Amino acid sequence: MSFISIVFYVFAALTVFAAVGVITSRNPVHAALFLVLAFCSASGIWMTLEAEFLAIVLILVYVGAVMVLFLFVVMMLDVNLIQLREGFWRWFPFGAGLAGLMVFEMVWVLGSRQTSDTVSAITHPANYSNTKELGRLIYTDYVYPFELAAVILLVAMVAAIALTLRRRAGVKSQNVADQVKVKAKDRIRIVKMAAESKDSVSN
Amino acid sequence: MEQQLIELLMPASVEIFLLVMACFILIADLLLTKSGKIFTFYLVLFTLLGAAALSGFTHVNDHPICYNGMFVDDAMSDTLKLLSSVAVMMMLVYSRDYLMARGLFTGEFMVLVLFALLGMDVMISAHHFLSLYLGLELLSLSMYALVALQRDSAVATEAAMKYFVLGALASGLLLYGMSMLYGATGSLDLTTISHAIQNGVPNKSLLVFGLVFVVSGLAFKLGVVPFHMWVPDVYHGAPTAMTMFIGSAPKLAAFAFTARILVDGLQPLVKDWSGMLIILAVSSMALGNLAAIAQTNLKRMFAYSTISHMGFLLLGFIAGGIEGYGSSMFYVVVYVMMSLGAFGMIMLLSRAGFEADNLSDFKGLNQRSPWLAFMMLLLMFSMAGVPPTVGFYAKFSVLNAIVQAGYTPLAVISVMFSLIGAFYYLRIVKLMYFDTPETHEVIQVSPDTALVISLNGLGVLFLGLFPGGLMMVCAIAVKQSLLLH
Repeated sequence: MSFISIVFYVFAALTVFAAVGVITSRNPVHAALFLVLAFCSASGIWMTLEAEFLAIVLILVYVGAVMVLFLFVVMMLDVNLIQLREGFWRWFPFGAGLAGLMVFEMVWVLGSRQTSDTVSAITHPANYSNTKELGRLIYTDYVYPFELAAVILLVAMVAAIALTLRRRAGVKSQNVADQVKVKAKDRIRIVKMAAESKDSVSN
Repeated sequence: MEQQLIELLMPASVEIFLLVMACFILIADLLLTKSGKIFTFYLVLFTLLGAAALSGFTHVNDHPICYNGMFVDDAMSDTLKLLSSVAVMMMLVYSRDYLMARGLFTGEFMVLVLFALLGMDVMISAHHFLSLYLGLELLSLSMYALVALQRDSAVATEAAMKYFVLGALASGLLLYGMSMLYGATGSLDLTTISHAIQNGVPNKSLLVFGLVFVVSGLAFKLGVVPFHMWVPDVYHGAPTAMTMFIGSAPKLAAFAFTARILVDGLQPLVKDWSGMLIILAVSSMALGNLAAIAQTNLKRMFAYSTISHMGFLLLGFIAGGIEGYGSSMFYVVVYVMMSLGAFGMIMLLSRAGFEADNLSDFKGLNQRSPWLAFMMLLLMFSMAGVPPTVGFYAKFSVLNAIVQAGYTPLAVISVMFSLIGAFYYLRIVKLMYFDTPETHEVIQVSPDTALVISLNGLGVLFLGLFPGGLMMVCAIAVKQSLLLH
């Protein structure tokens, strides 16, 4: 076993461990942190495949932005997870049994056919720029899927706004346009009234 | 140079037009007042007409596969794009009054529908796993949002939740399968994959593993047993207009998606996948037809009916050849037409604050409106496969194809389940004609909706009498487009 395959197995085991942790840990913050671990070890696997740029982007985007946002949401929203997870452990043996059966079947199928000829990974010289190659491909050969991905993001934005922006009764929100348009005379109203006599005040 | 650019963009003219118009409508809608929303509606209808015209009139070129193998512009893609634009147009006309009564007639709704159509078109003319997947996600994402749009309805939100979670699971399966196929063949391009498999790949088990995952993902998206759990809940929970949308045009895209992956890409593995499809088809027809009998809610009943129809659709894939795929395509086109009519009828009978989605709401429809009852009769006869409606011919051509391919027992089983299925369609006819109505409220139908439902119902009858034209279109599309061996 070469060094690189040892590294792969370590990272793979770590990923599986973290993924199991995500779904079994009781504390949602722990689950989110396990997910961070899963992302980190997955990016380690990508590193062994010489996909340095993607590995770094995975850390920056998923761990740096998405997971931090996740943690914020988990901490801010007081979701009662005990209630949500009711029945999880009751059904766990059933699900685990089913998953175990599937793993057994997969191992059985894969094990019965001995396929020893593996394709060795393509290796590049040290000065090969993964990032440059990726950039070139995205804007040339893969420009059509690239544009489609942009449309999907646009739809996500439209959908998010359409689902969350709604006017409910009793919500006190600012109207910036009205605030800007406001004049001094709207703020103060001067009322003219006759001076009152001393007698009426003392009464 | 300019000439070259136009020529380069020409194959994707429908997609480009749709995207530009969707963005334009998104902005134009902001500037319109509430009473001006009808203008957005007409703008959307114009866009759909334009998309239909563009897909109908662009010529088929000698090199259908372009953009580095990502995109294919052939007879099948043109036909299906034209039909899905028309289906979306019909869906909008049917659902306008329904949406207005529920306050859902918003710009976002229509823009999301356009984006969903864009996703369908991308799926229909995709020839690469990347573009197939991105088209599917574009469609699914728009549909999740459409189902959830009725925020105050707990059922709709629940349906959207289930749809989203199971849809994400299905996408995961599909992606996993695609990645394994990539690992086995070294490519995501369907033609290259097909050649690679034919020339023999070093790791056959990886290939079959990928195939299993891809077929499971497809089955999830088609909604066939045992991956059907989401269908009844989503059909039931979503507002009827969205149910109609989910049950119509996307089925055309799903057909193209399945045909491209299984026939264009994985044809050399036909022995492996046709066995899987037999199990999926038989169990869908069995469960769909049997479970539909027990339903009292029409939307739920049609959901189970969809499951059985999708099972029937797979029979054509099992048969293979021009006849098999052609009859499958014919079947899906006919199914979309019937489904539009049936859901359209539910919306016609619904009013503000009232959904006519129970079987009892159709009681004595003949006394309330003989013409609408007759249209529903035609649609139900067609769904059940009673001659002379087109549903009969669609079933007949699929059965003919599989008998010719040597699957006679399969044909017998499917006829048996279709007979069981005829019960619940004919029950609606019985309710309409032989029961006394529960209300005598006058059904108000706007003239354009009445025209569309009449065209829809009579079209089912007309195509049943003269199916040759549509059948030929399907056969030609399949013959010119799919890679047949």
